[in-house]
Amino acid sequence: MPGSFSFLQEQDRITGLIQGKGMSMTVAIEPRVVPKVSVWNDPKIRAMFFQAALVIVLLFLAYEIVANTISNLQRLNKDFGFAFLKRTAGFDIIQTLVPYTSASNFGTALYVGFLNTVLISFLSIIAATIIGFVVGLMRLSKNWLASRIATLYIEIFRNVPLLLWIFVFYSAIRQPLPDARNALNLFDSFFLSKKGLMVPKPLFGDGSWIGMAAFVLAIVASIVIARWSKSRQEATGQTFPVFWASLALIIGLPLLGFAVAGFPLTWELPALKGFNFSGGLAVLPEFIALFLALSIYTATYIAEAVRAGVLSVSHGQTEAAHALGIGTSSTLRLVVVPQAMRVVIPPLASTYLSLTKNSSLAVAIGYPDLVATGGTVLNQTGKAIEIVSLWMLVYLSLSLLTSLLMNWFNSRMKLVER
Amino acid sequence: MTASSSNTAYVRDDEAPKLPPPPNMVGVQGWVLKNLFSSIGSSIVTVLFGSFLLWMIWSVLDFAFLRAAWTGANRDACLAENMGACWPMVTAKLPQWIYGFYPIDQRWRVNLCFVAGAALLIPMLMPSAPYKLWNILLLLIVFPLLTLLLLTGGNFNFNLLSYVSVISLLLLAAAAVPLAAFGIEEGIARNRLGLALAGAAIVVWLLSFLTGPVPLGSSMSMMPMLIVLLLLASAVISIMASRDGGNSAISGWAIVLGGILLAMLLLDFDFGLIPVETPQWGGLTVTLVVSITGIVASLPIGIVLALGRRSQMPIVRMLSVTYIEFIRGVPLITVLFMSSVMLPLFLPPGTNFDKLLRALIGVAMFSSAYMAEVVRGGLQAIPKGQYEGAMALGLSYGQMMSKIVLPQALKVSIPNIVGNFISLFKDTTLILIIGLFDLLGILQTGLRDANWATASSAPTGYFTVALMYWVFCFGMSRYSIYTERRLNTGHRR
Repeated sequence: MPGSFSFLQEQDRITGLIQGKGMSMTVAIEPRVVPKVSVWNDPKIRAMFFQAALVIVLLFLAYEIVANTISNLQRLNKDFGFAFLKRTAGFDIIQTLVPYTSASNFGTALYVGFLNTVLISFLSIIAATIIGFVVGLMRLSKNWLASRIATLYIEIFRNVPLLLWIFVFYSAIRQPLPDARNALNLFDSFFLSKKGLMVPKPLFGDGSWIGMAAFVLAIVASIVIARWSKSRQEATGQTFPVFWASLALIIGLPLLGFAVAGFPLTWELPALKGFNFSGGLAVLPEFIALFLALSIYTATYIAEAVRAGVLSVSHGQTEAAHALGIGTSSTLRLVVVPQAMRVVIPPLASTYLSLTKNSSLAVAIGYPDLVATGGTVLNQTGKAIEIVSLWMLVYLSLSLLTSLLMNWFNSRMKLVER
Repeated sequence: MTASSSNTAYVRDDEAPKLPPPPNMVGVQGWVLKNLFSSIGSSIVTVLFGSFLLWMIWSVLDFAFLRAAWTGANRDACLAENMGACWPMVTAKLPQWIYGFYPIDQRWRVNLCFVAGAALLIPMLMPSAPYKLWNILLLLIVFPLLTLLLLTGGNFNFNLLSYVSVISLLLLAAAAVPLAAFGIEEGIARNRLGLALAGAAIVVWLLSFLTGPVPLGSSMSMMPMLIVLLLLASAVISIMASRDGGNSAISGWAIVLGGILLAMLLLDFDFGLIPVETPQWGGLTVTLVVSITGIVASLPIGIVLALGRRSQMPIVRMLSVTYIEFIRGVPLITVLFMSSVMLPLFLPPGTNFDKLLRALIGVAMFSSAYMAEVVRGGLQAIPKGQYEGAMALGLSYGQMMSKIVLPQALKVSIPNIVGNFISLFKDTTLILIIGLFDLLGILQTGLRDANWATASSAPTGYFTVALMYWVFCFGMSRYSIYTERRLNTGHRR
């Protein structure tokens, strides 16, 4: 094509011009005068000097700390190492999720504490999220009284230290309750006393694996149904009641499984033996107090995050949805909440993290979490450095794990922009 | 004409009278209908919450006033069945909640600190009050010194070595005066001798590590004498070198030198105050000391960390990020345990310092990481044009940060700094776990007092102390909202 040919020629000419071919005039190119920058003012050299100095100072500090620690430990006849974890603990723990006796070793004790931390954090996170969402939405309610009560709740619980709330709940739970001998008795299977709430303990007999397997199967089936319903809706526009179907599956299938196995589930009832209960599951008053305080206190922060998130969705979105004929609840579920979640998730993640860290306040009322059991181990062995570094390592990993999870969730919820 | 007028429909030529809105849409009735009973669901919510709220208010009033005991000298006053608040206990314990175990005849010293703090803080918080710079200086430098002096009783008995080291450091700093006044190039050219002498002093000091520690005092050894003499000569030469044109740098240095020596002398001087050891401190005093020290210490450290996190230098950035994320990833209680049980192991044998000071170090370490993130938020809010404009004007990094960026960034982050202070104030309660008696700690101890052991003393105590914390925190959060509104004017549309 002639057009493309001439274009190429033109291109060639320009390139030639740029390269200086065919130019009749020669330009004497003077060497550019580089202002002499003194070594002192060169930012690169300055930066290197400064960082080198910083590293030297820090290395010196680290050396001093290590040297001092070694000489201090020698002076106190102590050694450094984690061998003590294998020694017999010799103390009891009031709540254990894995088998533990005072004959177990320190390592197991710390593991028990760690599991207790995970348990209280997990349950409190769930409760705090529910309360927080309810209160946050209540604050936005058109009903004046509801929004005022939500504000009152937030201002009261957020402006008083968490530790004080823990003490308040602990004393409120302990004080009015009778001692174990006069425990409040419900059907001879639930007992409420200063020792906590005693509930029957489920004992799974042979064949209960069928029920468990059915439960897992139900979850898998629900996921499959959700996927199928989504693709069908995208193809045909027809909706399917995924929620109710999944609920029916998750409740029905395990029940069916247990029925097939002939209900191998028996309950171990708590019974009063002397001054204490034996058998059954004990929900400690410490646990209840900590759970209530953590979830109620943290819920205030979640409520504020939820409120900010919902407010961040412009009113036009709701109006547009209504104009399209989408109902109120569907608007909330399909239009407002997904957009609000984007704003809510980052503060929610940091709130979950701080709840996990705040669960360490358990030590103040004696709930055996990681810090409380670690403190007992520290007192018995004097291994300060080892215990404190273990604590920090565990909490750091928990924090890292939570933030990774939340980042993953956040990236899934993020607005897809072109 | 008549025909056309009869053909036209009726045209109204005056405005229709404005009718009042329906009576159930205005006034109290309208408001109630709109906000409380707009639908059946709303009405149910209103009735439920309303009765709940009334019940709550009634319970609190009933507890605090109707069933309460007002006078009495010991627990007998509060032993009645179904007792409400036990106010005599609060009257008896309140001094302890505020002063801890501080000697009763010395409590005026704590009161003086409270008064001085309030007198300096209130004008600081009022935007219209004049002399802000002097106010800040008084509040951040003079007030902490005064508090330290009054609360401990002063008379620290610094040994000669501390004076010599502080003076040596200040003399060493004099060598930098020409550099600060004339820039590095010219500063070096002017002050070769001074810098060389300062360098020699450092070399001698380093050599003294090889010879081992030399006792100071009666048998004045050569090394410290030599160092001080070298530094003195260096300082004199440096000051002489920057005489013409570097006067502001010289006076700045002189003020710092004079101020630090004066502070040391004041703390060393025996004013005749009875020394009060920190284990005797407690209650609200300790809560305020810990939280105020935490905030005052965390602000500069936090700024440095935030700048480090945004620095171009990879090592500095990495170190700042590591520190900030490490501290933010662990609970305060582990940091407090670290500073209370690990710190003594890190220090040279024989250094033994106060439990309260160890807690203060832990709190300062913890809060500076959070402060760094707050300041970083402020720094990120400053548009890049501000940095570029400053650089285009030829300002150095220090000038750019101190004159252009930080003033704006800190102003933007005031609400968050206050928010940080609120959480620090609440977090100070954790020091009771490492065995110090803050407001909550002293309350917990007091509840075990057999003199006041009744069923209602715990609720009364928690109620009162919670109210004290609430007033502080709520006040601060209101102030933060107020500042936010005040500072927001520029961006409001």
